[in-house]
Amino acid sequence: MNKSLRILSAPLIKENPIIVQVLGICSALAVTSKLETAIVMSLAVIFVTAFANTAVSLIRRQVPGSIRIIVEMTIIASLVIIADQLIKAFAFSVSKQLSVYVGLIITNCIILGRTEAFGLKNAPLASFLDGLGNGLGYSLILLTVASVRELFGAGKLLGFTILRANTEGGWYVPNGLLVLPASAFFLIGLIIWALRTVKPETGKE
Amino acid sequence: MLEHYLSLFIKAVFIENMALAFFLGMCTFLAVSKRLETAVGLGIAVVVVQAITVPVNNLIYRYLLAEGALNWLGLDIDLTFLGLITYIGVIAALVQILEMFLDKFVPKLYHALGIFLPLITVNCVILAGSLFMVERSYTFGESIVFGIGSGAGWALAIIALAGIRERLKYSNVPPGLRGLGITFITAGLMAMAFMLFSGIQL
Repeated sequence: MNKSLRILSAPLIKENPIIVQVLGICSALAVTSKLETAIVMSLAVIFVTAFANTAVSLIRRQVPGSIRIIVEMTIIASLVIIADQLIKAFAFSVSKQLSVYVGLIITNCIILGRTEAFGLKNAPLASFLDGLGNGLGYSLILLTVASVRELFGAGKLLGFTILRANTEGGWYVPNGLLVLPASAFFLIGLIIWALRTVKPETGKE
Repeated sequence: MLEHYLSLFIKAVFIENMALAFFLGMCTFLAVSKRLETAVGLGIAVVVVQAITVPVNNLIYRYLLAEGALNWLGLDIDLTFLGLITYIGVIAALVQILEMFLDKFVPKLYHALGIFLPLITVNCVILAGSLFMVERSYTFGESIVFGIGSGAGWALAIIALAGIRERLKYSNVPPGLRGLGITFITAGLMAMAFMLFSGIQL
């Protein structure tokens, strides 16, 4: 039990896929200008990484090493198609905003990285937890960055006004920089800085 | 006509730069930009692969997957949902073929590119190029120009970042920020600089 919990919780901070393993950064930067898109993206990634890891783990003894990458890519691509179709069916406006980034989960290195590093060597249940944990670690950073960007960039969270912007008769002057994609670089850079100051052992390269 | 292609090319290189405006291929962008030499090699590889895969996927999309594309067979089906798995398959196959072709006929370039060629399969710039091509419904001609342009834009960005990082070695960065942290912030500043292009109308 303890071991399962450790597998699940390690990727949250200590082995966080984005800021420690440096995987899957593209989407983390591009979909974080609003919290809503970040939540949908996180759910899609959690779904794909958990089930891809499980599926790869289930067939790990049957798949010859030489063709494993193709097999993994096929599994991942199929899962991404399912996620993509679900988002298009139930959250069409969000799917328009996410544009190509849902499809790009296929090439998101977190997923291929985890199936290679964990799914191929471990039992299905542990792989499921590892995938889930990595998906959650990814979501943690995504949601943090998205909340900061939407709250201070537009004064809103999930579309609800929190800080009334001066353009609408309120007092808050929105920070236009945070709406720009470049700000995601700064925020993640600062998160890495903070983490490496608090936990220097995560900074080994 | 030529003007249209030229403005599409400029737009793909500068205004809609794959790395600094859309944040694609970030993993490799941050990981392989430590040395200028390797960045140049990878940049060239991306341009080549992008220039081939986007037009090929364009043809596959238009004549096999798009709604009504199979009418000549008497089939009225829409295969667009198979797009993702097809594009990644095409990319993986083309990279493999390109690798064998270069190994046989241009061994010099093959050795220069080394490990980067196979790694390109999982570089999201390539897949994104095909997805943008579908989303913006480019014609075959446009997809060739867009493929070369977007690849060149990405190459430009990674070469520039590698140049900056080589210089950064001599600066005194706070300990926690060294390496990855400062690279992120550098890339952020570069992205802001590239935003200057966004006001340009072509």
